[in-house]
Formats: sequence, structure tokens, C-alpha cells
Amino acid sequence: MPGPSDPAFDTLALHAGAAPDPATGARATPIHLTTSFVFESSEHAASLFNMERAGHVYSRISNPTTAVFEERVAALEGGVGAIATASGQAALHLAVATIAGAGSHIVASAALYGGSHNLLSYTLSRFGIATTFVKPRDIDAWRAAIRPNTRLLFGESLGNPGLDVLDIPRVSQIAHDAGLPLLVDATFTTPWLQQPFKLGADLVFHSATKFLSGHGTVVGGVLADSGRFDWERSGRFPELSAPYAGFHDMVFTEESTVGAFLLRARREGLRDFGACMSPHTAWLILQGLETLPLRMERHVANARKVVAFLAAHPMVAQVGYPELESHPDHALAKTLLPRGCGSVFSFDLRGSRAQGVALIEALQLFSHLANVGDCRSLVIHPASTTHFRMDDAALAAAGITAGTIRLSIGLEDADDLIIDLKSALKAAERAAA
Amino acid sequence: MKLDVQGRAAYAYTGGKPWSDDGPCVVFIHGALNDHSVWTLLARWYAHHGHRVLAVDQPGHGRSDGPPLASVEALADWVLALLDAAGATSAHLVGHSMGSLIALEAASRAPERAAALVMVGTAYPMKVSDALLSTARDDPARAIAMVNAFSHSGIASKPSYPGPGAWLRGGASALMHRTQDGGEGNLFEHDFRVCDAYGSGVEAAGRVTCPAHLIIGTRDVMTPPKATKELAGMLDATVHRIVSGHALMQEAPDAVLNAMRAAIPA
Repeated sequence: MPGPSDPAFDTLALHAGAAPDPATGARATPIHLTTSFVFESSEHAASLFNMERAGHVYSRISNPTTAVFEERVAALEGGVGAIATASGQAALHLAVATIAGAGSHIVASAALYGGSHNLLSYTLSRFGIATTFVKPRDIDAWRAAIRPNTRLLFGESLGNPGLDVLDIPRVSQIAHDAGLPLLVDATFTTPWLQQPFKLGADLVFHSATKFLSGHGTVVGGVLADSGRFDWERSGRFPELSAPYAGFHDMVFTEESTVGAFLLRARREGLRDFGACMSPHTAWLILQGLETLPLRMERHVANARKVVAFLAAHPMVAQVGYPELESHPDHALAKTLLPRGCGSVFSFDLRGSRAQGVALIEALQLFSHLANVGDCRSLVIHPASTTHFRMDDAALAAAGITAGTIRLSIGLEDADDLIIDLKSALKAAERAAA
Repeated sequence: MKLDVQGRAAYAYTGGKPWSDDGPCVVFIHGALNDHSVWTLLARWYAHHGHRVLAVDQPGHGRSDGPPLASVEALADWVLALLDAAGATSAHLVGHSMGSLIALEAASRAPERAAALVMVGTAYPMKVSDALLSTARDDPARAIAMVNAFSHSGIASKPSYPGPGAWLRGGASALMHRTQDGGEGNLFEHDFRVCDAYGSGVEAAGRVTCPAHLIIGTRDVMTPPKATKELAGMLDATVHRIVSGHALMQEAPDAVLNAMRAAIPA
């Protein structure tokens, strides 16, 4: 029978988590720039600290403006809640630190943002958390890498920078068969292009700095939980299913059947690691979220035009965009990303490293910088910047060559972007002489 | 904690404190396709304000063994057996939606054991439309989406539940799916048919001797306020009206606590 449903995506992007301010009537979400919140009484204070009431105590743990952002992301992802963090890196760290510790193991895609690779490969290993990297398309490798001490499988919805399409249904099935959750970095896709929870993922995080904000103004992250992973039944997560001495011996899975992960992440991770988001940052990202559907549609449309231009250009050896039949994940992308494959992609220039430099330096509209997902178009050379700590073998495993150029297509007129690229490619061609 | 009730393992959340042998007891009974976790804020509050708390998972729901019981009357007997198993001679009986009918029936079957009756998001009769029953039978996922939409009055209830940053509709949907997936057969259809079939409310209300309170959401379309008028009269109940949809404990946790404190003082 037909019947009511939750509001649709575009409506949630504008309204989820926000209502006119009851104190002032302000229609837009106010920026609550305050560290702390006055208690009504000693009893009220105690009950807030003891989770007998819901409410705000201190802005490191929660804040009304930040909460609107968190609830909106959770709504757009189809999850039970979210936690805003100081950056995407902080969101990844919070996800790992909530359910893993010394002696734990992670299985991760090798096609990761360089910062994520650094955290897993070098930094977390210093704290006793080991990671096995697998080629994301090698489904059997995911299964084979799981150990008794594995706590998490992790990949990017679109791998950085080769846009490997993570086969979330199959990888999540492997994870669930082993009693493990799948964490997805969905930064490149945003919930407008793909909602990983619907495909089987359990946890999702974003560098909100990118498309969610969309304007290149603030750094932030967000971690959302589907609420579907049964931490207790898995038997591998005493962090959530056994008394936690650090918070009144709370057993998080008893407190909240579907929100246990976020309870611990907030009550321990934000409290102790402290990588919270500023309310001002949350407010700015909320402005971006309100137009996310409109922007993503334009990002994708522009990217398709630029991809078509580059794919036909004689100076371009190949374009790594899953909508092209030449991309190894073309068929998977048609299934998992029917709305498009985003606007961040790489191409390989024919010619020398010097010609690559010439191309980047000749671009006028494209900004040469280390970011993606801005409304302005961006360009970078991964081998010398975002992935510079990786050796040649690791670069190759991630699908990167010395001539790989990464573009983030913005919201400009696509024809202007193509003119800029055409001119820069000519400069690169001349640099061969 | 786990108890043996009628020969099967039953789970009751005790509010974050160990169960003790004395003190006034509050029993919280969840609604259809829910579990104890819809009560945790209230349960913690009462557990830390001088009460013993049993927020139950009904048979076949959450951590309690199945099978689910077939009627409100059977569930009321189960609640009373749970009190026996826990060693509680009497209790304040608090129920939400389907759970409110169970609390009513339990209070009527053992009036001497009911210190108070609190019915949250309630109606009598609690008839379920044929269309919703058939959807619950044929397409439970669709029925869950419908009930979730019916149960929430807005998309920005503050301060959210169990705390800031939680998306209530997502949490409610995930809990219903988790309960359905973990149950025997089509638990959603079962629970709705239990609500629909209950026809002893008038007689039960006549036997209740303890103070009764109804906590009603003014925007509730699942159990609309107008459907409580007769029940309130029969029970001579105090009626607390709160701006909320059917998911009162989640949409308005502070207001529900305030009403509860009037019904069951700490």
C-alpha cells in the first residue's frame, strides 16, 4: 500500500535536524559559539553527566549547531546518527580508536587518500594497530587478509586517485561473514551519489572539507553509523558490549541497541581525544549541505564534459573515470553509482614529468592546491604532493604514475574549463621541445 | 540482567545500576517491534533516583528468548511473572503504545501489585488498519517505513535521543529492522495483530485501583489524542499532553520525564 515515508533527500538536505530557533524564531540555524551550557540545577547537571537526560554540557562533546550538522548528515546517509570531527582524518581516527586498540588489525584498500594511508601504515602501527592493504578489486584478498584480531574493513567509495569503485555489497558481505563492520570513506561520492549504508556498509565518514562544505572554506569531518551492525552478536567488540570503566561501567550495547558505537565514540573519543568540530565550522558546512544536491548534479555534469574532452585529446594517455568503458570498474559503477562518479578524477599525460609540471603551471582557472570538492576547479600532481610519502611500489598499487594529474572539477562554466585545459595541454606539448 | 520467566530467558535493563533487593520498582514495557532501549534515559533517571528499574525486552524481542506471546493478556501475565522472578512484590507499570496495553492489563490482573499505571502514547481500542496489517504481512520493510513516518511529528526534535547528533527517524528504523530480523517469523505483523486484537481494555480499566496517568503526544497520529478520552475517563487518569508525535520518549524526553515525575515521584 502506498503511504507516508520520510522526506526525500533534497528536503532533508535543507531541513533535517533544524527547526526555527525556539528562543528567537531565527529561521536559519544559529551559531552557538559557547563552550558550555548552564545547568538548571545540581540535579539537572548530574543527570546530564550520567546520561539520564539528553542535552549539551560542553562543546567538545556536543553543541546545538554542530548537532544540526550531525543529524543532517545522518539523515542524508540513512544512519542513526553522526559525530562531527575536526577533520576527515579525525573522523577516521575516531572510527578506528572506538573499536580497535593495541593488538588489533585492520584490512584496508590500498587505494586510499595519502593521509589515510599514512595514518594506517605508519602512525597507528606505532600504537599497535596493524593494517593489511589489499587491492580493492581483489575480493578474495579482502577475505584472505582477515585475522582473528581484525576489527574493521575499510575502503573508499571511490578510491583515491584512480577511482577504484569499492564493491560495497561484496566487501561488506565478507566483513559480515567474519563478524566485522565495513567502514567507507565516502568523501568523493557524498550521499547524493551513493548511500553506502544501503549497499551494506556499517560506518561512513567524510572529509566534510570537500563536497559537503563545497566552498573550500573550512576543514571538518563527520562519522556516521548505520546502526545495523550487531556489535554484541559479533563477539569481537568488548569495547561496546562489556562494562566500560571509563564511563560508569556502561555497557554501550545495552544502553542503545542501535547507537552503541556512537555513544562510545562521543563519550570516550570526543571526550578524550578532543578532535571536535567548531560550531562555526559546522554552520558553514551546513550552508554547503543545503545546496549539496544542486552542486553535485552540476559537478558531475561538468566532470562528464571535461572527461569527454580529455579522453579525446592526443596528449592524454588515459582518463581514469569509471563512466568510461576503459575504466576497469565501469560495469560496477553503472550499478553502484547510477547518478555519476563524482568530479574528482585523474588522467595520465603523454610525455615527461617536466611536461606535467608545464601543464599545471599553465592552467589559469584551475587552482594548483591540495584539496578537492571545492566549487572552484582544482589540480594537483599526486606523486609529488598527496602521495609523496609512498614508494614506487605503493604508488603503483594505488594506480598512480609519475605523470598522473588529478583534477577536481568545480562549478564554473564547463566550456571555460575546457578552454583552460586545452591551452595548458598545448603548453605541455611545447615543453617537450 | 537475565531472568528465567515462564521457563525462558528474559532480559531486563536495570538503568545502569545493579539490581537490588529493595526499593520501589518501575517496570518499563516497550511497544511493537521495539526493545528496552527506547526507555534508557528514563530508566537511568529512575535507577539513579531511588528506584529499582526493569526495562524489559518482551519475549522474542531483543535479548529475550522467544517465541513472542500471542496476546496482551499473555504478555501481562509474563510481566507479572517477571516481577516474581525479580523478587518485586509491586511495581509502577509504565508502557508505551502496545506496551501501555500490557501495563493496563497487568495492573488489572494484579491490582495489589500495581503502584501506578503510566500509559504513554496510548489509545483504546488500539485498532490497526487492514491496509497497514496487510502491508506488515506482505512487505514488512515498507510497513516499517510507514510506521516510522507516522510516529514522528517532525525532523528536528531536540535535544534528540539518546543524545545530540542522533537522527531519530534513522534510529527508530534501525531498531525496528534489528528487532524484526532477530525475531521469529514476522514479528511486526505479530505485534500489530496483538494490538488490534486486544478487546478487554474496558474491563481491565474497571479493575485498576492504582493512580493512572496518560502521557499523550498532541501530534500523535498513531494513537491520536482523541482516542484516549474514553480510556482516561474509565481510569480517572491524569492526562499529560506533550507536543510530540508517537515517539514521545525520543521526541520529547525532558517533557516525558517531567510528566513521569508527576506520576512516579522520585
